Amino acid sequence: MTVLVYTENREGKFKKATFELLSYAEELAKNINAEVVALSIGDVSPDELNKLGNYGAKKVVTVKNDKLALLDNKLYTAAIAEVVKKENAKIVILADNLSGRALAPRLSAKLKAGLVSGVVAVPNSYDPFVIKKKVFTGKAFANVKINSDIKVLTLSQNSFGIKEASGNAPQIEAYNVELAGESNAKLVSVDMITGKLLLTDAEIVVSGGRGMKGPENWTMIEELAELLGAATACSRPVSDEGWRPHGEHVGQTGKIIAPTLYIACGISGAIQHVGGISSSKVIVAINKDPDAPIFEVADYGVVGDFQKILPQFTQLIKDVKNS
Amino acid sequence: MKILVCISDVPDTTTKIKFAGNKELDKAGIQWIINPWDELSLTRAIELKEAHPDKIENITVINVGTTASEPTIRKALAMGADNAIRVDSEPKEAYFVAAQLAEVIKSKQFDIVFTGLDSADYNGSTVGGMLAELLDMTSVSAVSGINIEDGKVIVSREIDGGTQKLDVQTPFIAVVQKGIAIDPRIPAMRGIMMARTKPLEVVAPANIDNLTEIVEYEMPQPKGKCRKFTEENVNELVDVLHKEAKLI
Repeated sequence: MTVLVYTENREGKFKKATFELLSYAEELAKNINAEVVALSIGDVSPDELNKLGNYGAKKVVTVKNDKLALLDNKLYTAAIAEVVKKENAKIVILADNLSGRALAPRLSAKLKAGLVSGVVAVPNSYDPFVIKKKVFTGKAFANVKINSDIKVLTLSQNSFGIKEASGNAPQIEAYNVELAGESNAKLVSVDMITGKLLLTDAEIVVSGGRGMKGPENWTMIEELAELLGAATACSRPVSDEGWRPHGEHVGQTGKIIAPTLYIACGISGAIQHVGGISSSKVIVAINKDPDAPIFEVADYGVVGDFQKILPQFTQLIKDVKNS
Repeated sequence: MKILVCISDVPDTTTKIKFAGNKELDKAGIQWIINPWDELSLTRAIELKEAHPDKIENITVINVGTTASEPTIRKALAMGADNAIRVDSEPKEAYFVAAQLAEVIKSKQFDIVFTGLDSADYNGSTVGGMLAELLDMTSVSAVSGINIEDGKVIVSREIDGGTQKLDVQTPFIAVVQKGIAIDPRIPAMRGIMMARTKPLEVVAPANIDNLTEIVEYEMPQPKGKCRKFTEENVNELVDVLHKEAKLI
């Protein structure tokens, strides 16, 4: 039996989230005496593919096909489904990110395999197969039973962590898939974010809310973020006001993030905002209102005026870094 | 062109979630709303129809739900949808819902089908993709913009690390995220009056197996108490973050 992991690359490189997926799959596979097989679509160097072995992949199936140059959900799903059959995979794991969310549901319907998205732990039990996921945007969890023979899961980022495995180089097998039909979509243009840390990749995020009073005060946020190698984010009112771009909005209807450290400045902590950040490992809140709800979810808080606190905080961190 | 917008009704996003025992959502006092992503999709569909009355002839909304979801459907009609379909069943789980929608869509022709990328209740992000596969249709996920330019449908989608613009041939399913429309359309009094007489077709559900079921709910562990500092001892916080938490 195999557990198949779809390993996505960005310009030929795997991200940490992929290593987490494999670590998770390895733990799950151990419990059911299965082997982890990774599926990689596109051009990735052998060195990079070998890295997958460090996190538990015994075998890597690589698929290259001109029809897969553009992420066409239908064609990608067809390719993944073919590898599922070839490897006799009973559990298929994808990341709960943009591509995982696009592909997992299609794969579920194609294989008539029950899908649980955004899982946060290894299964509670395997027979019956019951697994825990977040619901109501982190306000609760549900334990969900999958009734079908094949199971599809998407793993919530940073919920398991990265664990190195024995580390033998995996067997690499190039596999040719036949894909019927053409994509109905043609690429018109691409706009990649360059030279900037992506919010969903960041280990540390510095975020500002309406309490920051105006866009002119974001230099303080940016300075702190740069010092920490962090990405910047904001609450919904801030992006609605146009102080910051929509791409920075974290919360229930914006991006859901799970960094190691989240620093919230002038954010009161509305329930919708907390939904988007509650999976952060450590939350630091800076707010002048001692009763702000953000302090209910924060690990550390500073009560006071951000204009006094932030410059100090930044300077003190600078001192620590220089010492 | 005909547009279909799939809507689900979900608890208002400010709701404090409680469960009756650990098996069922406690529905007492919950205010139900159109899932925020679905509401934005419908808003964008209405904007497109207003901008291209010659191209878009009709906007239908569809919901899988009991009579309890009719106020939400009427709100969608008041916003500007032309007609509505309700598949008369509890929305048991994502595959069940997708398969019910697929049954209805098969017998009708739609050029663009909108679904939300996420739902504020079960956070599945699943119905749109499943529906597309069941209907063997193209799906574009994480759609943050849609326009009609020179008779072509141009779709913006977020990808890992950036945005792509695609020229997509109809019919297709757009799985929509934030950005598609700025503010949801607020129904005007005239819309609310008209919504009462707009057609709402009720369809019997098909016989579909559940692929998953919720066994029980859990509430998250309460967090430990927040350690608070003041303007005067920020240095202690930095010390803790550096030495204890080892985060900086």
